[in-house]
Amino acid sequence: MERIPILKMGPFLLVTIQVDLYDRLALTLENDLINMVSKTEAKGVLIDISAVSIVDSFMGRILGNIASMSKIMDATTVVVGMQPAVAITLVELGLTLSGVYTALDVEQGMELLRDKIGHLEKDEEGLYDSFI
Amino acid sequence: MNKESAAALKGKKKLILQNWMENQLKDAALRDDLMSVAELQQQSEEFLTTLLKAFSSNQATDTESEGYEAIQDILNEISITRARQGFSPRETSSYVLSLKEVLSNVLEDRFREEPAVLYKEILSMHKIMDSLSLVTMETYIKGREEVILRQTNEMSEISTPVIRVWEGILALPIIGTLDSARTQVVMEALLQEIVATGSRIAILDISGVPTVDSLVAQHLIKTVSAARLMGAECIISGIRAEIAQTIVHLGIDLTNIHTKASLASALKMSFAMLGIQVSRAAQSQEGSKQTFGF
Repeated sequence: MERIPILKMGPFLLVTIQVDLYDRLALTLENDLINMVSKTEAKGVLIDISAVSIVDSFMGRILGNIASMSKIMDATTVVVGMQPAVAITLVELGLTLSGVYTALDVEQGMELLRDKIGHLEKDEEGLYDSFI
Repeated sequence: MNKESAAALKGKKKLILQNWMENQLKDAALRDDLMSVAELQQQSEEFLTTLLKAFSSNQATDTESEGYEAIQDILNEISITRARQGFSPRETSSYVLSLKEVLSNVLEDRFREEPAVLYKEILSMHKIMDSLSLVTMETYIKGREEVILRQTNEMSEISTPVIRVWEGILALPIIGTLDSARTQVVMEALLQEIVATGSRIAILDISGVPTVDSLVAQHLIKTVSAARLMGAECIISGIRAEIAQTIVHLGIDLTNIHTKASLASALKMSFAMLGIQVSRAAQSQEGSKQTFGF
């Protein structure tokens, strides 16, 4: 069965979707990704959808789901590389993916993730400082 | 129209063409600046030949019948080209109507002895010519409408330029009323440009938009959400006092959207968001020479 590869890059997971997602594949991806987050204790998930040309409401919901699930497991999700046509479709469908961070490309997405993690670590240090 | 008059008209074709041309050239409405006489002559001859052929068909009085297909085609072409060339409606329809007089004269000569037949024949000829003139008018208007539609499309594309004001910052000055079709053009142009330039911030300047109703606001919010989905932030600038009042009175929620009073302050905000520092160049100590710049 077709699977979408999930790559580990330091504290982040990188998913590059190179084919148009059909429902089953999207569900498999959601499942695999969440398992991977729990296994690797990743701090961030980066999903590159620059090669995806068609998105329906189901796929939009899956993206939203992945984001909220990762959040529960302490990982930030960034979706990058959305095509203009896809963005217009999602907006017309009323899906604005409010819980998901977005960036223009993988590079900016990584920067954003590092930023978010950086803030978290600083906060935590601060927390420890106050304990000590 | 009966066979006899059709034959009579066919026999006098040369004379008809000659008289018709004379009539047209005499007419004060002749536009020899838009069309040469030779061209007009050729066009008229082609038209007359096809018309006389149609007259001798079986259903000569029915302009919707098969015999008139060729003539309808010719008329369509004539009026569409005339609409584009800039002929007025009157000039275009009088082209067909001016033939009426000439045809009447020929019929009068032929049926001088039989007034009852003459009356009937002239009546039916007029009916045909009127109907053909209506076809001309219809196509003329259609041709003009096409021209107007094309211009409208061009206007909506030209009036929404996407400008790169800084590295990573796009500005989109919107001028004129936003309707659904234009918003689509604006949105697509902006999103394409975001991808092409890799810009992270887009400033939508609406100081040139006269009124904002709930529909326009909804379109703006849609554009902002679409850009956000792609990973770019939008700032709306240039909201005038009246527009701010309307927006609040309509109960439109813009709290999730960055808004700034002017394009300048929006640019300043973008600098802050991208962490860009812009400062005045160091001035020379003497104060005599001043350098302007960033």
